[in-house]
Amino acid sequence: MKDALITLENAGVRRGGRVLVEGVDLAIRRGEIVTLIGPNGSGKSTTAKMATGVLKPTSGRVTRRPGLTIGYVPQKLAIDWTLPLTVERLMTLTGRFSAREITEALEAVGALRLRKAAVQELSGGEFQRVLFARAMIRKPDFLVLDEPVQGVDFSGEAALYRLIRQIRDATNAGILMISHDLHVVMAETDTVICLNGHVCCRGTPSAVKSSPEYLHLFGDRAESALALYEHHHDHEHHEDGCVVGAEHTHSHAGHHHAQ
Amino acid sequence: MFGDFFSRAIIAGTGLAAVTGPLGCFVVWRRMAYFGDTMAHSALLGVAISILLSINMTLGVFLVAALVAGALLLLQRQATLSTDSLLGILSHSSLAVGLVLVGFLTQVRIDLMGFLFGDILAVSEQDIFIIYGGGIAIIALLAINWRPLLAATVSPELAEAEGLRPEVSRIILMLLMASVIAIAMKLVGVLLITSLLIIPAATARRLSATPEMMAVVAGFLGAVAVIAGLFGSLTWDTASGPSIVVAALAIFLVSLAVPTARLFGRRQDHGA
Repeated sequence: MKDALITLENAGVRRGGRVLVEGVDLAIRRGEIVTLIGPNGSGKSTTAKMATGVLKPTSGRVTRRPGLTIGYVPQKLAIDWTLPLTVERLMTLTGRFSAREITEALEAVGALRLRKAAVQELSGGEFQRVLFARAMIRKPDFLVLDEPVQGVDFSGEAALYRLIRQIRDATNAGILMISHDLHVVMAETDTVICLNGHVCCRGTPSAVKSSPEYLHLFGDRAESALALYEHHHDHEHHEDGCVVGAEHTHSHAGHHHAQ
Repeated sequence: MFGDFFSRAIIAGTGLAAVTGPLGCFVVWRRMAYFGDTMAHSALLGVAISILLSINMTLGVFLVAALVAGALLLLQRQATLSTDSLLGILSHSSLAVGLVLVGFLTQVRIDLMGFLFGDILAVSEQDIFIIYGGGIAIIALLAINWRPLLAATVSPELAEAEGLRPEVSRIILMLLMASVIAIAMKLVGVLLITSLLIIPAATARRLSATPEMMAVVAGFLGAVAVIAGLFGSLTWDTASGPSIVVAALAIFLVSLAVPTARLFGRRQDHGA
């Protein structure tokens, strides 16, 4: 684990006598994507907060490489109308950056034309792209994506997954992704960790989707296997690629139905 | 043409407005209007306590306002009552306790109306020093902490994840508000202080494209309201504090006619 950016060893948080999450082991290296999935209240956000250092673990140990720059893409960001904020201004929210850096970051996510737009008038997908650009401009070593495709339509979702891969390739950052969708995990994920107050199961996406713990945890809703979100031009995982088309459409429809 | 008291009032009032404008933006963004009102109402308690303990009144008001803010934070943590109920309790009970205490202070003659509605025309040179000294300190602290304060306002989670301290920002804002209340009380009174925080900021929103622009515009509009209100009160012989608030309100109403969405924040093309 010497080369890991962040390591959690048997880490847990207990608050007011209640265990939020416990016994989490995970390590994230450069260029690696770790995805946390699990039901609501299963400790995904708590785990991410331990990783970023916002929450101190009450048990176990968290180590971060010193001087680590963290970028964060929040789950949702409701910006009140009373706060006049353009995309350009949002880019420098937590740090100072030059106009050129802003242009490059927005260009990288294909949102350059939104530069002068007020954030309140962006669509869900546009806003998400801008938030990615905002996190990327910091040149983070470690990127936390909290439910990055929430509130984005199907085609936007595919584009965002492509963007995440681009960001990983371009910055070689370690990425910790929290996923609300229990059925879909980006195929490039190196490790999937299934949480339910503790680590239920873990492994590569293909290993997790067939693990009995996963099926038990999400049994009724996921009687079919975990779908891997892959890109059509990526033929290396042919078998999973087949799963994507069929399963993803299915689970997406189910998701809307549930709302 | 004007008595000296009038120029002093203009100088003091515009100086105050230049501080309440930018700070008021945070009150509007963070939806702290009622919170600010609660702190302001506690100012009378601060006056009574300063007289009882014979300490400096500005200091006493600042301390009590900060204490009330701290009490609210503590009560919020072990939340059993909703925040607006807590604010209601703190706001009115601190005002009532202040009024009762003032009643006991028979040895000192207190101009209660002056504290409730302010007496900007009675501003002394010393008051001007306090307003400008305190005001410059407040603006400087606001400017130094601007980025973390704004980031914490947009998203505490995001600010925290990227290494800022939104809890500290919150405390800084509260202390700045307590200071503004302490220096503003004499001018506009405990009942009208929050209007100088909120109305210019709310007006500036429609005329601004960025947070920084809104802060500057709010300060400017507040100063305009002070000048207009003071001239109005001179012309029609009306109470000066309320006249300033009425002038601020008039500017706000006029600003409603400005079609802001068309002025700012349009994307460069209308493609998908």
